[in-house]
Amino acid sequence: MSSTMEVQLIAIVVAAACALPGVFLVLRRMAMMSDAISHTVLLGIVLGYFVTRDLASPLLFVGAVATGVLTVSLVEMLTRTNLIKEDAAIGLVFPVLFSIAVILISRYAGNVHLDTDAVLLGELAFAPFDRITWGWLDLPRALLIGSITLVLNLLLIVLLYKELKLATFDVGLAATLGFSPVLVHYGLMTVVSITAVGAFDAVGSILVVALMVAPPAAAYLLTDRLSRMLGLSVVIAVLSAVLGYWFARWFNVAIAGSMAMMTGVAFLLAFLFAPARGIVALGVRRSRQRWEFAQQMLTLHLLNHEGTAEADDECSRNHLSHHLRWQPRFAATVIRLAEQGGLIQCDGMRLMLTDQGRRLAQEASLR
Amino acid sequence: MELFADYTLRMVALGSAMLGIVSGVLGCFAVLRRQALLGDAMSHAALPGIVVAFLLTGQRDPLILMLGAAGSAWLAALLLMSVTRTTRVKEDSSLALILAVFFGTGLVLLSWLQQRPDAAQAGLRSFLFGQAAAMVARDVQVMVALGVPTLVLVALFWKQFKVLTFDPEYAASLGLPVRGLSVLLTSLIIVAIVLGLQTVGVVLMSAMLVAPAAAARQWTDRLGVMIVLAGLFGASAGVVGALISATARGLATGPTIVLCLGVLTLVSFLFAPNRGLIWRYTRQAVPQV
Repeated sequence: MSSTMEVQLIAIVVAAACALPGVFLVLRRMAMMSDAISHTVLLGIVLGYFVTRDLASPLLFVGAVATGVLTVSLVEMLTRTNLIKEDAAIGLVFPVLFSIAVILISRYAGNVHLDTDAVLLGELAFAPFDRITWGWLDLPRALLIGSITLVLNLLLIVLLYKELKLATFDVGLAATLGFSPVLVHYGLMTVVSITAVGAFDAVGSILVVALMVAPPAAAYLLTDRLSRMLGLSVVIAVLSAVLGYWFARWFNVAIAGSMAMMTGVAFLLAFLFAPARGIVALGVRRSRQRWEFAQQMLTLHLLNHEGTAEADDECSRNHLSHHLRWQPRFAATVIRLAEQGGLIQCDGMRLMLTDQGRRLAQEASLR
Repeated sequence: MELFADYTLRMVALGSAMLGIVSGVLGCFAVLRRQALLGDAMSHAALPGIVVAFLLTGQRDPLILMLGAAGSAWLAALLLMSVTRTTRVKEDSSLALILAVFFGTGLVLLSWLQQRPDAAQAGLRSFLFGQAAAMVARDVQVMVALGVPTLVLVALFWKQFKVLTFDPEYAASLGLPVRGLSVLLTSLIIVAIVLGLQTVGVVLMSAMLVAPAAAARQWTDRLGVMIVLAGLFGASAGVVGALISATARGLATGPTIVLCLGVLTLVSFLFAPNRGLIWRYTRQAVPQV
């Protein structure tokens, strides 16, 4: 397998693995936890290295996951003391833990291959050179770790789908049915930590955040079903990763950064063009409602004065802007639309309701 | 005081003190309005602006870079508001999203810049974790020129900001322009962030806003006292951290200042009268009459 292929495969696997737990982070309003965890796992890796003196030791992985969970519980502990609010607790805990890690690296591990740039950026381009050979198996380490996390996340979501869904959308009901919210919370956070640790070596902490949050947020605008949201998130994450990789290749720029940028583009597209919730769709719906409402007003006005003494005056084309306080051009458009829609008939200056228009006005007045 | 005779150290101390005061004061509003993480998102979002400002002008003048930083942080804040207001994506998701996407874009621009033959871009990387030792008189001048007007504005709008922070509905009922004041306050927070980028770095700047305010909150229930304390905490941690980092080998300034702040905050959480954990514990131990 060529190294280009391998890098893309790693990116695809990591993107899918991150997007899955990300869906629940977004739905449970804990997206910023991904930011905190993906930074603090560095401390676990550094401490694990000091104990084992071996960057390849599995203990580093365990240590990193443990620091991720520790971050979550520290934030909760601080919040529960009521000294500060949750957002301030997050904003306090992760910079401190991350700072400790950065200083430990620069003071005591300067000669080790563990630098802070790599933490933010990852080293996807070099990932194929770090290989694991095991019998006939010869794979990049990042691909193996990424695949394992992906399979683990998939399994957990398939097996615990109902429980996760319930605990996400109706905490109260979940608790009464006996699913401990604390257990679900910490379970999810452990999964997020494992995923972050598995991914961050290859793609860096910033891309972990981007992949965990942006694709699910985009999918959230596209669908109302949890299962579809999970699927869409994975598709969007994978597409962003591959496109980002080629963008980085073409312009010779940072791979992880360009993938993060692509997840942003994906969200922007969903934000603008999502069929029901996009900005464009919202704008179209709003302007349609505006014209529909104006036509309704017109029919109501005509019905009100139909057959009265002042009908000649009130129902004249030229007087609408005076009676309804409409701009002349706006009034002209409303009249044209209403006539096209068969709501009114024009007889020179005089406007008259059709049967359809009268029915609409009567319905509207009953509401 | 021999330490302060050194020109570089004097600059570093002055600059960090200014930064600590401004970010401490503005941080109080951010923390009380539950916008602590907004600072994190906006400081990350400043990175592409710094690089673009450099690309456009080719200069490393702090004022130009800060303007670029403020521009992209502003854009980020605007996007954040429009996403949370018009869609059902919640604030936490849009924060994380904007943070990661802007920062990623900044890294892309930075790596693109590094291919260029001129060496002028060399210092831009220090914006990630901050480098106080590189501070010169011009940096301090710019920091004072931006920081002092910011503090003056806070003093001028003191009452309005206070009521906006604690009771926005009441502020609206008084006929205050809540939206405009909110924008002004957010802009001032952006100024505080931008001031610190070169010293503390993009990644850890949020702690400069949150920690002094969180520490000061434990000692008092009055906004005025809290703000003065936060300014003091910010300034002292800034100066001490920056001096340690400027004199020791291999200590990036950002992490060092953040650790100083961390210690200060921990002490406040434990020992502050009335609210502190130890105070609370001893009071519980004494039987109530």
